[in-house]
Amino acid sequence: MHHYLYLAAILFAIGTFGVITRRNVIGILMSLELMFNAVNINLVAFNKFVATEPLAGQLFAIFIVVVAAAEATVGLAIVLLVYRNWRGIETENFSVMKW
Amino acid sequence: MSNYAYLIALVPLLSFVMIVFFLRWKEKLAAGWSIASILASWTMSLIVLIETLGRHGEPLEYFFYLTTFKGINFEIGILIDGLTAVMLMVVTTVASCVHIYSLGYMKDDPRFSRFFSYLSLFCFSMLGLVLANNFFMIFIFWELVGLTSYLLIGFWFEKKSAADAGKKAFITTRIGDLGFIVGLMMVGAYAGTFNYGGVFEKVASGQIPTAVLTVMAAFIFCGAIGKSAQFPLHVWLPDAMEGPTPVSALIHAATMVAAGVYLVARSMNLYVGAPEAAMIVAVIGLVTSFIAASIGLVQNDIKRILAYSTVSQLGYMIMALGLYGYDVGMDPHAHSAGFYAGTFHLMTHAFFKGLLFLGAGSVIHAVHTNDIQDMGGLLGKMKITSVTFILASLSIAGIFPLAGFWSKDEIVAATHGHPIFNIFTLIIAFMTAFYMFRLCFLTFFGKPRDQHRYEHAHESPRSMSWPLAFLGFLAVSAGWVGIPTLHGFSSFVFFGEPYHTSFHWDVMIISTIVAVAGIVLAYLIYYKKSISADMLAEKFRPIHTFLYNKWYFDELYSFVIINPILALGRFLWTFDARIVDGLVNGAAWLTIVWADIKWWFDKWIVDGAVNGAGWIVSQGSGLLRLIQNGAVQFYALFVLGGLLVLIAFKYEDVYVSLEWPWLSAIIIVALGLLSLVAKRTASREAAAETETEK
Repeated sequence: MHHYLYLAAILFAIGTFGVITRRNVIGILMSLELMFNAVNINLVAFNKFVATEPLAGQLFAIFIVVVAAAEATVGLAIVLLVYRNWRGIETENFSVMKW
Repeated sequence: MSNYAYLIALVPLLSFVMIVFFLRWKEKLAAGWSIASILASWTMSLIVLIETLGRHGEPLEYFFYLTTFKGINFEIGILIDGLTAVMLMVVTTVASCVHIYSLGYMKDDPRFSRFFSYLSLFCFSMLGLVLANNFFMIFIFWELVGLTSYLLIGFWFEKKSAADAGKKAFITTRIGDLGFIVGLMMVGAYAGTFNYGGVFEKVASGQIPTAVLTVMAAFIFCGAIGKSAQFPLHVWLPDAMEGPTPVSALIHAATMVAAGVYLVARSMNLYVGAPEAAMIVAVIGLVTSFIAASIGLVQNDIKRILAYSTVSQLGYMIMALGLYGYDVGMDPHAHSAGFYAGTFHLMTHAFFKGLLFLGAGSVIHAVHTNDIQDMGGLLGKMKITSVTFILASLSIAGIFPLAGFWSKDEIVAATHGHPIFNIFTLIIAFMTAFYMFRLCFLTFFGKPRDQHRYEHAHESPRSMSWPLAFLGFLAVSAGWVGIPTLHGFSSFVFFGEPYHTSFHWDVMIISTIVAVAGIVLAYLIYYKKSISADMLAEKFRPIHTFLYNKWYFDELYSFVIINPILALGRFLWTFDARIVDGLVNGAAWLTIVWADIKWWFDKWIVDGAVNGAGWIVSQGSGLLRLIQNGAVQFYALFVLGGLLVLIAFKYEDVYVSLEWPWLSAIIIVALGLLSLVAKRTASREAAAETETEK
């Protein structure tokens, strides 16, 4: 059980680090996927060892995979538009949400 | 009619009000209204005179009580006796002539209707003065005529000399009036009434001590000194000639200046009760008369000569009245002509002096100069003016059978028993005849000395010449009512017992000789030129200069009175400027300093606090602003931080050990550090951007 959790924590940390530090938006999206999957591992692991209800965790995990796929689609579409507008996908290029 | 006599005064007042309020811009109508009013007054005066003649001068009194103050009744009322009736007649007659004359003389003046309104106001005041039945009322009207005199002397106030003359007249007479009001206070205090009859009753019954009476009478005479331009307050009258000539004729020759004489005549009871005061009156009259006549000898301004002549003649009247008071006061059965002579001369003088002034005005109107040295030969050019003027001169000189002859003889007769007075009176008569004919010969005869002015001279319009003719008639005939033994004037205007006139052959002959001598001398010097005027002036140079400068009275007054007062004024000004202004300015200075302190406090402390708060907010917000840098990852970092803090809270010990203030402090510090980091990154980014742009 603990090993699953450690793996999930490490994956989540890597994802978080990637989200915060990557300058490439594609990279950020990929890191996000990592975080999703860390959560998925957690869900599945908890479902396997401590759940009273069978399959609930797995169901959630599959849901998340689906939503993450949709989310990645939308995210990539946005990235495409960003690229068209700014001719680049570095985050510095479009820090327009300030004062 | 007599019980409506107050209307005589009120009609001109109505005219004044009408002109001031309604007819200001309708000049013709204003003048017409004014003339109609004075003619109405004249008619009523005539009726009153006839009625009074019918009563043989019995006094008639109408009055009502105005108010009572400290036991003294203040009345408004009229008293009509022979003296009043005659004065009414004199005032309204001369005033009527002057009103009509002014039509021509003041033509084209920009303040035409105002002039007539003033004239009407003057007539109201003067007639009220004459009609008054008590001292209180006479004083009110006394001041009113002073006011109108001031207004009319300074009528051409654009001219500085006229404005100054008005002030001089007003202030000089006010000095006399100060004495007058003191006298009136004594009357009120000792007699307990202001009514003529009441006061005279107290005097006659001996309820007022003689010493008090003397002082009282002397003080009341002060009023007459001021108003009738007697020595030593005579200096204002010649200057008053700056006013328009009709004003000089009406106010400063015929009526207002006679008010002093009228006052003395009216309060004769006081002087009879106090012979010493009467003697003062007589002496002042004589001194004035002599001084003025001597100055008149050498003056060159036609109006000033007449002004000095007026002062001199007023002195005559005052002297006669004073002598009467003295004689009768000393001996109740004395047979003195003084009262009769003074009032009679007052009447005749009003007519011929009014005429002389109007004639002089006519001459000035024609040649536009006052200097008789620039005139000459006007006889042929201005027939009516010249003839009436010469008639008036003959009259004032005292030539049979003109008006002045009869009245002047009575004055000479009144000096009977006082040799000094007698001699001086004759000397003055001689001087009068001389200066009047000096004036006549220089103005109307001989060769014109200023050809240009002579050619422009012309007879005045009819509105001016007809009053001259009418007054000329009176200057000739007014004296006939006083022909001795006919019991005309003398049994009408009298004091105590009617005076029984008789022919004083000696007086008549001597005074005629004196007058003719004066005329002949003037004829020799100024017409035949058998005696050179310049040679005479050279021979008597010191006297001539002395007389020419009017005995240096103006200089004396300015040295003794005016300069010290000016010095005092300057001293007070200095005091005011240094001490009073210093105090005021000092207070102002302190206020300014205090205000400066408060300003400083306001600027640095109050504004500092306000601005400081603003500054802190703006700086703080400037710092915090950097956190919001638009980089989503940066925000995500915050979210992570927050998450970590929340997780930390899960642990009991951290939660307990960190109380709220500390926690907030840590958060704020953390935020600050973060913002600093952000700032650095931002600036680095900016630098990188500029580099990439390059």
